[in-house]
Amino acid sequence: MPFIPHTDEDVTQMLAAIGAPSIDALFDEIPTALRSGKLTQVPEAMTEMEISRLMHERADLDGRQLNFIGAGAYEHHIPAAVWQITTRGEFYSAYTPYQAEASQGTLQLIYEYQTMMASLTGMDVSNASLYDGGSALAEAVLMAVRAHKGAMRVLMPKTVSPLYRAVVRAMVKNQHIELVELDYDPASGMTVVPTTDMGDFAALVIPQPNFFGVLEDVDALTDWAHAHGGRVIALTNPTSLALLKAPGQWGTAGADIAVGDGQPLGAPLSNGGPYYGFMTCKQALVRQMPGRIVGRTVDLEGKQGFTLTLQAREQHIRRSKATSNICTNQGLVVTASTIYMSLLGPEGLKRVAATSHANTRSLLAQLCAIAGVTQAFSGHGFHEAVVQLDRPVAPVLAALQAQGILGGHDLSADYPELGNALLICATETKTAADLQCYAQQLGLALSK
Amino acid sequence: MLIFEHSRPNRAAHAQMPALSADISDLPTNLLRQDVPLLPQASEMDVVRHYTRLSQKNFSIDTQFYPLGSCTMKYNPRACNSLAMLPGFLARHPFAPASTGQGYLASMYELQEMLKDVTGMAGVSLAPMAGAQGEFAGVAMIRAYHDSRGDTARREIIVPNAAHGTNPATAVMCGYTVREIPTDKEGDVDLEALKAAVGPHTAGLMLTNPSTLGVFEKQIQDIQKIVHDAGGLLYYDGANLNAILGRVKPGDMGFDVIHMNLHKTFSTPHGGGGPGAGPVGVATRLLPFMPVPVVTKENDQYRLLVEGDIPATIGRMSANNGNAGVLLRAYIYARMLGAEGMHRVSEFATLNANYLLKELQQAGFDIAFPTRRASHEFIITLKKLKDETGVSAMDFAKRLLDYGYHAPTTYFPMLVPECLLIEPTETESKETLDAFVVAMKTILAEAYATPELVKGAPYTQPVRRLDDVKAARELDLVWRQA
Repeated sequence: MPFIPHTDEDVTQMLAAIGAPSIDALFDEIPTALRSGKLTQVPEAMTEMEISRLMHERADLDGRQLNFIGAGAYEHHIPAAVWQITTRGEFYSAYTPYQAEASQGTLQLIYEYQTMMASLTGMDVSNASLYDGGSALAEAVLMAVRAHKGAMRVLMPKTVSPLYRAVVRAMVKNQHIELVELDYDPASGMTVVPTTDMGDFAALVIPQPNFFGVLEDVDALTDWAHAHGGRVIALTNPTSLALLKAPGQWGTAGADIAVGDGQPLGAPLSNGGPYYGFMTCKQALVRQMPGRIVGRTVDLEGKQGFTLTLQAREQHIRRSKATSNICTNQGLVVTASTIYMSLLGPEGLKRVAATSHANTRSLLAQLCAIAGVTQAFSGHGFHEAVVQLDRPVAPVLAALQAQGILGGHDLSADYPELGNALLICATETKTAADLQCYAQQLGLALSK
Repeated sequence: MLIFEHSRPNRAAHAQMPALSADISDLPTNLLRQDVPLLPQASEMDVVRHYTRLSQKNFSIDTQFYPLGSCTMKYNPRACNSLAMLPGFLARHPFAPASTGQGYLASMYELQEMLKDVTGMAGVSLAPMAGAQGEFAGVAMIRAYHDSRGDTARREIIVPNAAHGTNPATAVMCGYTVREIPTDKEGDVDLEALKAAVGPHTAGLMLTNPSTLGVFEKQIQDIQKIVHDAGGLLYYDGANLNAILGRVKPGDMGFDVIHMNLHKTFSTPHGGGGPGAGPVGVATRLLPFMPVPVVTKENDQYRLLVEGDIPATIGRMSANNGNAGVLLRAYIYARMLGAEGMHRVSEFATLNANYLLKELQQAGFDIAFPTRRASHEFIITLKKLKDETGVSAMDFAKRLLDYGYHAPTTYFPMLVPECLLIEPTETESKETLDAFVVAMKTILAEAYATPELVKGAPYTQPVRRLDDVKAARELDLVWRQA
């Protein structure tokens, strides 16, 4: 029996001890009318060898192309040690560290993770992670509204990922929170600092880099929001923070909450998950934070140890008055990320960020040299950029795909005002030959 | 020692990073970082050794019996991990065209179909990333359903007082108020209280069955009728689905919407606290509101249904496709179990729980609901022990760590004083259960003979009992260089 160790002899002895005639008899409190028959849509069992064959066949169908898509999920080199250690049974098959003394490995790792994320974002404290970047942004919106205790409005630039905005809408719409869109400057691709009265708002979301890959004027936006009584939620790519000013240093006072997707730090693209959302904030907001938090303390002999703390915020204690319904985090992916950041260190992460930036600039220059391709925005970028084509994007992407290239993310549905716009990304994983190959194939596709 | 204490200036794992730094002189200084972030500066071996050693400070299913009630800590088959991490699956970008992901999408479609069958629901969305998110999606669908009918006075969710804390917290996130109803002496919902609670304000009832008290709610057919007659919908919290897998379908019990915890019932790793996966199943009337994406099959090709395909959807739970890699592990597990294997899960989970209950009862432990069958888990209460010796459920739990067992869930459900919620799961052998009973008996004897010994536990772990009060009062959440 797959994954069940019982021998017939065991079953006989156990039933005798219970005093039941059969296993079926153990279900005698379930009304007979409710008992279901055979499962009809579940096939017969496969052995490990058989399922292995099937999954290899399926995996061989997938993910074979040279990828230039970013748009929130980024292909980076992941050192071999990262997932080999992460999938050790002691990390893989443990649960939430409720018994702290028997979970010091996971707890210390999360404390180290919190330290790294707080430092990367320039904030005071971090939680142990949320589900993904989109849901982390939604939790930050809820947190800012809770902390403001008045305004139910949050300013949300159009330069925030359309998918992130969709997640936020889905998660806050039943709590009467209004999301007010902010426009961007069509020339630079940067969010316009409002000049008219926006009324009371709990927070302004500032994406850096924004969804177009463009760098926002974070200092001016931060100071504007604070001057108008709102908090600042920074939405950032953690890799970029090896190069870019940390949210805690934005403007005069710094952002109040920083969130984003941790995927670039050691999680494979993997069809979109599992990734994780990070969240850091100023000390003053720590009791408003959702999710698990690990603290350092001492044991009864005075020795350093780690434990879950501030649990009075959480659903298993506060029930309907909790800061969120969140229960689990994305522990295993955080484990991978912590090992990734430890292996890369400050210099390695900076090189990853700088090489990705330089590769994207190089690709952009090569593409814009092709007739029919122009750069959409004048603003500085990190490792993504928008180009506009002289014809619809979809058939061009299809032609590139036929050559084994995923040419980018088509923006025409979400940003029709940009025309035939394509978001491209070249991380450190792309060689000079890869970039040339893309430019050459795009040139061919546009010459027809 | 923390990883930061292994750091030395200018030490680095050079093989893991790009060989040279690239030119960034085009970026204006005012946008650039001036300080160096506090990341470790360590060699590859330093990092490998540090985290390998940390892992060894954990209890886990792979190393210990882990009878943590309501968490279903069953064995996580290794093949599920290695096959879900094949390069083709890991390399695919979530925005890549469907034609480049037919292997993954086929697996997801088949997983949806299997989950529909085991739950008896009309549709399944794999989008929610954890049980609590599945709950959120489920209650949001209940709200969307009532709102779509103009039935907007329904603003209250009923929750038994034995429910998981996520239930009331979720209802509030969906803009509902919460009404708790009591549980009777047998562990079932108090039907009279339920009848008094329902009305035109009732949006729905959230119920776990078997309940968090470890017993099957016998009156489920009456409950179903009371809630539906009042115009409310029934939500099934799938936390305890392992107890009835292949034996009772929540759809047949009259539930309108359910979430499943694949990290419990379908054996995906708990990972030190996630990632989980919390797919939702819905009855026909809730199909229009399912969270996106949902996988569909058209002309032998698979693709994702998104907002435009399901116009009344409650929306998106994640920016991408939920915890796709976790879902793949669940799919592989389901295929290795097959139909027969799924029936056996609930059979042997129930056999193990009832056997352990009986053996612990014989050993002198007080069972919280002694007249009831255990489902896949059961509760013992140490109230008498606490009164007589001062040894609490927490002390008892800590002492179990010294004997090499992860503790059961403590102090949940809150209805039962000094309780241990014990869930052995189907993957544990009789010998393991017998050895656990011996440890429990030994600690019981210690508690009467030398209570201070138990109160001081644990003694064998990397640290002794930790000061939680200090942790909360003197917050130390990030390391700072001395």
